[in-house]
Amino acid sequence: MKNLRVLIVDDEPGMRRGAFKALRDYRVKLRDFDEEVGFDIDQVENGTEALEAFAKVKYDLALLDYKLPDISGLDILVKLQSQKYDLLSIMVTAYSSLEVAVSATKNGAFDFLAKPFTPDELRGVVQKAARSLLLSRHAQKLAEEKRQVRFQFLSVLSHELKAPLNAIEGYLNILDQKVAGDDLVKYEEMISRSLIRIGGMRKLIFDLLDLTRIESGQKVRELHEVSIKDAVRKSIETVQPDADIKNVKIELHCSGDDLINGDSSELEIIFNNLVSNAVKYNRENGRVDIYIDKDKEDAFIIKVADTGIGMTAEEKDRLFGEFVRIKNDKTRHIPGSGLGLSILKRLSSFYKGDVTVESENDVGTTFTVILKNLSLTDNEDSA
Amino acid sequence: MATEHNANYNGKNAILVDDDIDLLGQLKFHLETMGFNVSTAESQAAGEKLIENGSYNLAVFDLMLENQDSGFVLSYKSKKKQPETPVILVTAVSAETGLQFDSNTNETRSWIKADVILDKDIRVEQLRKEVDRLMQ
Repeated sequence: MKNLRVLIVDDEPGMRRGAFKALRDYRVKLRDFDEEVGFDIDQVENGTEALEAFAKVKYDLALLDYKLPDISGLDILVKLQSQKYDLLSIMVTAYSSLEVAVSATKNGAFDFLAKPFTPDELRGVVQKAARSLLLSRHAQKLAEEKRQVRFQFLSVLSHELKAPLNAIEGYLNILDQKVAGDDLVKYEEMISRSLIRIGGMRKLIFDLLDLTRIESGQKVRELHEVSIKDAVRKSIETVQPDADIKNVKIELHCSGDDLINGDSSELEIIFNNLVSNAVKYNRENGRVDIYIDKDKEDAFIIKVADTGIGMTAEEKDRLFGEFVRIKNDKTRHIPGSGLGLSILKRLSSFYKGDVTVESENDVGTTFTVILKNLSLTDNEDSA
Repeated sequence: MATEHNANYNGKNAILVDDDIDLLGQLKFHLETMGFNVSTAESQAAGEKLIENGSYNLAVFDLMLENQDSGFVLSYKSKKKQPETPVILVTAVSAETGLQFDSNTNETRSWIKADVILDKDIRVEQLRKEVDRLMQ
């Protein structure tokens, strides 16, 4: 991590030297971030030089002597405040009165150090200031990143919602103006395409609601003993009509224990996503095999293997991003919201598990979900 | 009424690239109604091949295909090969969505070769008007 820049402002050479020596090789550890920071130190002997230095260099910390030959340390503080520099100042003074301390803090000093001080006392104050500075910078960075992520999510979302709207509106305009003449078949096609796009939009909105509820923790979890086999069977039933159209055979393999403590609606979303993907991205007359097993640590391992279109390594890497849909000639006509796997990943993390994928292009894809048993007392520990 | 528009681009060739099959179908339908022979592609890669191997009087590209800037690349390639062919970019990425093109694309903004950028909720009258203007 980059060193913090410190400016020592004091008219006594001995003080400057002492402070320099105390900080030169000093390093502050930030345990939370697993980081360590040192200091680059400059020195000036009066207020004018100090203000020039602040204007020229971006300092992180300032050790300000209260009593300087030209400008008082307090005036410097006021100037620093008005310039809105991103730095913390520590007021150093031999006249340690409460009054000075109060007015210094009022004017934006972070801390206060009375002369004479030991090197350790100085380090203590500097350590506190450095930590505070770095923590607030980390927090700012995080907040900014969060804002960016949310902004990007909304941008992509509005794009994803606009696409079907545009398609449907386009069809309706053609219908409205009867641009296609008297060819009824053409109009019927347009109506059926519009309905398909509306279906896609509905799916997107439902997925989005699921995701929002999961993210916000508003979804109240109800933990019971749930049979994974039954939950998977339910998902198979839901997907069966689509599987029949493609003549895809779905088979469930489970011989051992299949009882998990979990929320049945969460498990339903997990398996619906897995099984419907396996059918959607399958080929005509393909297969879906679902295996329920347990590993050595007693976690459930659910594998859903399809004989579908598969993915390239590059496509696989991008797969788990929000709204990411792998676009190629094989997937172009398959509707999807691009949120299913985000939901899957999020939900499986509730079960201290994970989702992984293996895939071979044009051969098939296997999703593996690991789910751990929750303690039934985890009920209140929702999301 | 549709019948007002007499197809007057008979015999002219148009290239159309969009990865949304519905938008592709609609734009194709409108361009055909105007009289164009329309060659379509659903990806940037396929669009580039069409540009290489064909000759067109009009080009219509979606902006976001495999890449966020696919439409720009297609515009550039089309103009490089046939500078006189007008290019229409259609995009759902408009100012109010706030979606920024990445910096890489910002840099390349200076060479956007499209003649006009239209929003995707495009009406046939609007398309017709732009085509008429560009084809003069």
